[in-house]
Parts: sequence; structure tokens; C-alpha cells
Amino acid sequence: MKHLMSGNEATARGVYEAGIKVCSAYPGTPSTEILENLPQYGEDVYCEWAPNEKVGTEVAYGASVAGSRSLTTMKMVGLNVAADPLFTAAYMGVGGGYVIVTADDPSCHSSQNEQDNRHYARFAKVAMVEPSDPQECKDFVKLACEISEEFDTPVLYRTTTRVCHSKGLVEFGERTEVTPKPYARNTRKFICAPANAFQNHPLVEERLKKLEEYGCTRALENGLNKMELGDGKVGVVTAAISYQYAKEVFPEGTSFLKLGLTYPLPMDLIRDFASKVETLYVVEELEPFMENEMKAAGIPCSGKDKTGVMYELNTQLVRERMLGEKPNFKTVDDIAVAKRPPALCPGCPHRGFFYTLSKNKNYVVTGDIGCYTLGFAPPLNCMDVCICMGGGFSAGMGMAKSFEREGVTDKVVFGVVGDSTFFHSGMTGAAEILYNGGKMIPCVLDNRITGMTGHQENPGTGFTLMGKEAPMMNIEKIFEAYGYAPVLTVDPQDLKAMKETVDKAVAALNNGEHPAIVTRRPCLLIKRIKQPKAMCVVNADKCKSCKSCLKVGCPAISMENGKAFIDRTQCVGCTVCAQACPFDAIEMEEN
Amino acid sequence: MAKVKSALLVGVGGQGAILISKIMSNGFMKAGYDVKQSEVHGMAQRGGSVSTQVRWGEKVYGPVFGRGEADIMVALEKMEAVRYAEFLNPDTGVAVINDYAIKSTTIASGAEEYPEGCIEAMAKNFNTIAIPASDIAIQLGNAKCMNVVLFGAMCDSLGCPEIDWEQIVAETVPEKVRELNLKAFRAGREAAAKAK
Repeated sequence: MKHLMSGNEATARGVYEAGIKVCSAYPGTPSTEILENLPQYGEDVYCEWAPNEKVGTEVAYGASVAGSRSLTTMKMVGLNVAADPLFTAAYMGVGGGYVIVTADDPSCHSSQNEQDNRHYARFAKVAMVEPSDPQECKDFVKLACEISEEFDTPVLYRTTTRVCHSKGLVEFGERTEVTPKPYARNTRKFICAPANAFQNHPLVEERLKKLEEYGCTRALENGLNKMELGDGKVGVVTAAISYQYAKEVFPEGTSFLKLGLTYPLPMDLIRDFASKVETLYVVEELEPFMENEMKAAGIPCSGKDKTGVMYELNTQLVRERMLGEKPNFKTVDDIAVAKRPPALCPGCPHRGFFYTLSKNKNYVVTGDIGCYTLGFAPPLNCMDVCICMGGGFSAGMGMAKSFEREGVTDKVVFGVVGDSTFFHSGMTGAAEILYNGGKMIPCVLDNRITGMTGHQENPGTGFTLMGKEAPMMNIEKIFEAYGYAPVLTVDPQDLKAMKETVDKAVAALNNGEHPAIVTRRPCLLIKRIKQPKAMCVVNADKCKSCKSCLKVGCPAISMENGKAFIDRTQCVGCTVCAQACPFDAIEMEEN
Repeated sequence: MAKVKSALLVGVGGQGAILISKIMSNGFMKAGYDVKQSEVHGMAQRGGSVSTQVRWGEKVYGPVFGRGEADIMVALEKMEAVRYAEFLNPDTGVAVINDYAIKSTTIASGAEEYPEGCIEAMAKNFNTIAIPASDIAIQLGNAKCMNVVLFGAMCDSLGCPEIDWEQIVAETVPEKVRELNLKAFRAGREAAAKAK
């Protein structure tokens, strides 16, 4: 029987079947559903949310050193955080099979850049496996474990949004139980002391040669690499999702060399394939990763000049760019379609915080990655810079120091992180601010969950990925332990209390103290927390059409026939608009 | 069965396009087709514009198609139909549209206006079936079953008369809302037959 599964669901199934026993990861689109789909396999696979990608990578590596097959997952920018352990694990090698999933996001659907993480494989000199559909997502996990163990290398398992989130039919296999050798200490291998690193580097170079040979021979037998010969006119070297597009689009008779092991490239195999065709193309998304390597090896080929280095491909784009067939389509130009950007949900606890700060134009807000990044958007317009997770604290520190040096005295800097990103990498920034005397106010917007990626537990929520209760870390006590005072906790939905808290913190800062703010209210979408439901309605007689309520940026409020109007299907009765109304024209309706 | 067919489902995050794609995929799988389905998660869920693609045929390779390649487009919100119109095959494609407007935040805040005449403009350019799926769902007692009303309206345009879609709907939705969804399905199918 075949199952319709996304690439991520299939990868999770692959983890189970490969006999992997330890998985640790930090959520990030488009990788998140791999770990989310592991608890269904019960005690066979231990899985957890780590505080960040570096920790997840290290936990999985430790499990590998101890002998278990292990895996970590992350979105592509997560590997920037985890690069440190990756590059050294690459030198030391593994115990049990060790797989690092990096889920790239061409076209930046949910990401802050479009980096092509295939470069990490070459940079760290590790093997890279790229599945192209859900069946391969499942099957290749086991092959990746085998490669990792045989060649003593971490394996980078690179997917992209369309591989992760596209569903296709998958046939299941049985779980392989893997019993590791009894653990024995091996300091020569696993201590990254300079003398050992010096000795390990030649092993790394040797390993790449062996992997390349494997790619030319046994990888053809086990289905990782595949040669499909046609009439000998046109040949296409391709991998991952690009294979699916090329396979559909190129005419019958086209030859394909489809690679699943994409680093190191099997250059002899590619050379052999090139000799069998008249014209050789490379079809790949983003960077000319394969094409440049092939050209450097003296194999004439082309493709990137047509496919371009930006954004994801699809069937139509491959058809147009590679075969020159113009698409037949129509646009409806006489209608001006309005933008529909994402927004903070009705009832979002972050709204009150940003609404309050938006009232003072001298407040500078440095944010990080999460739902609250949307605080930048109109009409709140309440964020100055957002670079990466945890960056809200440290970028704010730099701005505050610059303002001091440049003689800017009227600005107050608020550094913003979420509860999950506080544990991810905000805590180091919090240490930085206090240690180096930053004149700014760190704020944690605690909504009791990792929100944007679809609700994952974190060290502050009191639960683990496997559904067990866990110690609930207290953010205020952490601030206090660092030496922050006063540490102010507030319900951001209470606009009066929110404003008093901000004023108090600013006064403390000007008084030479070290204030911190924690706003706390659970995200409305958390299923285990029952929240009272109510409705706000506009009393049209009292409404003076001043549009003050529109400034809270709630999707449920608009103007209808000159008066404020609240959409009953969207309102959850948070009352932030009612508190913002200067005429008490918005009233509660209990139900 | 040889030719791969493609459907594009568009709407606003949270409207329930995913259930439509699930019903479609279940039906195609049962009928022995290869199926691929693609959606985007993350930012798009926060009230943004969302799209899902479903493809079926003897063997489907690409999970994502491009401009001019959809055989059918289903819009759960009418302005979204216009936004994604370029994906529809202009000669043979069918647009099935919910005659219903959801304001975006830029419209709610007064920065932009909701455009007039979305459905008329679509009908001028494409073979279009527009039904008031949201109103029908509210009359049936639950605004949320709009997605199944719309599926009822589109199913006869999928070109798979061998599939008993009513049976597939019954198998796909949870038991406690089965009756409601079957009513929704039938009402949508009827409304589409009248609108043609």
C-alpha cells in the first residue's frame, strides 16, 4: 500500500526505518515537520526540540560518538548557527551514522535570505545527499546512514521547500535495528586538539576521493545515482527537485544523469555520461554548484546561463528557459489587486506591546525572527532592524553604543526577542548588554510557545516534543540571575499596564539601573490552553470615525460606511482596539 | 490517463484549501492515479495569500507548475482568483470562484481599496463558474464548510467522471461533520450546474 506523504513526513518515516535512535533539532520552516512526525514512533526514536541548531547538532553528534545512529534538522540559516560543530565533526568523523538535514528555501517563502547550503558540503568536506521526492526522502535516510558509517563522515542531507512540503506516494519498508559496538573511548579520533586535527585533515581528503569513487560505482547500484540513457543527442545532469522538473519537460529521448549523492560529484561518471551525448546541460536551482565543478574538471556543459541563479524553478520555467517555449497565459490587468501581506492575528498578544511602543517616535526597536517580526509592518511600523534569532538584543546594543558615541540622546533602544529565541541565542545577548553597560532595554515577548513555525515546545513551555512534562525555565529569574533590576512582567493586552511598564523601564534606565521587560500572554492558537471567547462590537452612535482603532493593525477592524466595523468571524474579543478608542465606542459582547 | 492535469487552489490563510486538496488527492489515489501536491507553510499562514497545487496523471514528476499550466483554478476568495489568473490555461482552463470578499490588512487600514468587478473580469477572460459558496455554507449552518461547497462546485470540472466524489468526501472528512459536509458538497455541485 502506498501512502500520500510530504517529503518531511517521509523523512521522518525514513528515520524510523533507518534505525536512527536519537534526533535533536530546533524548528525552522521548511524543516519543522520532520521532528514533529517522529513522536508517533514512540520509544523507538528519541526526539527532542533543542534550544538552538548548534545544540541540536551537538546532541546528535554526541549520540553518534556513543554509537547510535542520529539525526538533526534545521532550516538553511540554522546551519549558520550549527556551522561550528559541523566543520569539526567533519574532521573527527562519526561513530553511529550521523545525518544533518538542511532544508533550503529557494524563493524565500519563509526565510531571511536565499543561501544555497550545498556550498556547506564542499566547505566542510562532507558527503551530501539530495532526495528529489517523498519516496527518496524516506529511502535516502538509510543510505545516508550507511555512507556516514562506511566513510566515517557526517552526511549533509539537503532538501528544499518543494521537496519538504510536496506530497507524493511513498511505499514503506521495515525498520532496521542497528546494534552499535560497545562504546570505548577514542581520544585520538574525538578530541579536536590541534595535533589530532593535523592528523585528521589527510583522512578527510582521502575520504573525499573514496566517496567520489563510490558515487561512480556502488551509488549506481543502490539507486542513489541514476543514469537514464536516451538517443544520445541531449543529456541533462540534474539533482533534487530540478530532476522532477527536467524529467517532465525535456522531450523523450533525452538522457539523464540524476544524482542523489551530490558531493563529492562523481566526476568519472559524469565524464562517461558526457561522452554519450552530443549536448550536455546542467539543470539546478540557485547557484551553479554542479556546473562550476564540472567546468573546473574540464567537462563542457551549460545551463546556469539559462536557468538563472535566483528563485525556485518549476515546470514552466524549465520549459521556457531551457527549451525556449514561451508560456501561454493571460493576466487580468484591468483589476488592481490589493496586497495581502501576513499580519499579526486578531488577539495576538504581541499587538499591545508594539502598539504601545509605536506611540513614541523616539523609541528604536531591534527585533528578531518570529511572529513579532510583523511588528515592523504598517500601521504599527514599530521595528528598526531584524537580522536573525537573538539579534534583537545584540544589534540593539550596537545601536545604543553608536547613539552614545554620536551624541544622539533622545533615542531609547528596546531589544526584542521571543521566548523561544531568548533560549535560542537571546541569553548571550542579555549577558552582553549587562556586562558591557548597554543603555537599552531588553524585552522578551513571551507567548508561551514557538509560534511562527507552527507551535513547538521550548524550554519555557513546560513540555517536551515527546509530550512529557518538563521543568519550566523562568525568564524573569534568568534576567535576575544576570543582575538585571528591575525585571518587569506585564500582560501586553492591558494597554494601561503596558504603558506604565514601559515608562517605568525608561525611567529606571535613565536612572542608571538595568531594567528588563517580560510581556506574558499565551498565543491564542495554543490548543492546550482554553481561552475565554468574547466579541468586540462598535457602538455606531458613539463612533466618531477617528480611525484610532485602525492603528492597532488588527485584521478584524475596518471602516464601513464611514464608521469603524469589526468582522465577527475574526474578532476574538481581546479588547486592544476598545482600549485604543478615545470615545469608548467599542464594547464587549460576552458569549 | 496519460496527460498530467494540474489544479491550483488559492485563497487566504485559514480558509481551508488544504481539505480540498486532501479530498482531491484521496480520490485520485483511489482511482489509481499518481498524485503530487504542493503547499507553502510558514509566513503565509498569518492571513496572507496562500496557494496549493495538486497534480495527477499516470506519472507525475514536477510537484510545482507555472504560468498558464493550470487546468482548473479554485479560488476561495474572489480577489485571489485575479491575483493568480496567470497560472490558468487561457484556452482550456476553468476558474471556479467563491463569490466572497475578504479584506486584506492594507484594505482594512484604508491604504488600498478592494477592487470592483473581480468575477466579471475573470469571466471575460476565462471559462468561469462563480457561486456564493460562503453564503451557501452559512445557510447550511456552518461557515467553515465553504471549502466543501466549493469542492462540490469544482468536482465535475476535474474531468474524472469515474470517481464517485461524494463517496470520497464522506471518507475524507471526520465522522461528526460528515452529514454537514455531504450537504455542502451536494449544494455546491448543484449551484455549479446552475451557474454553467
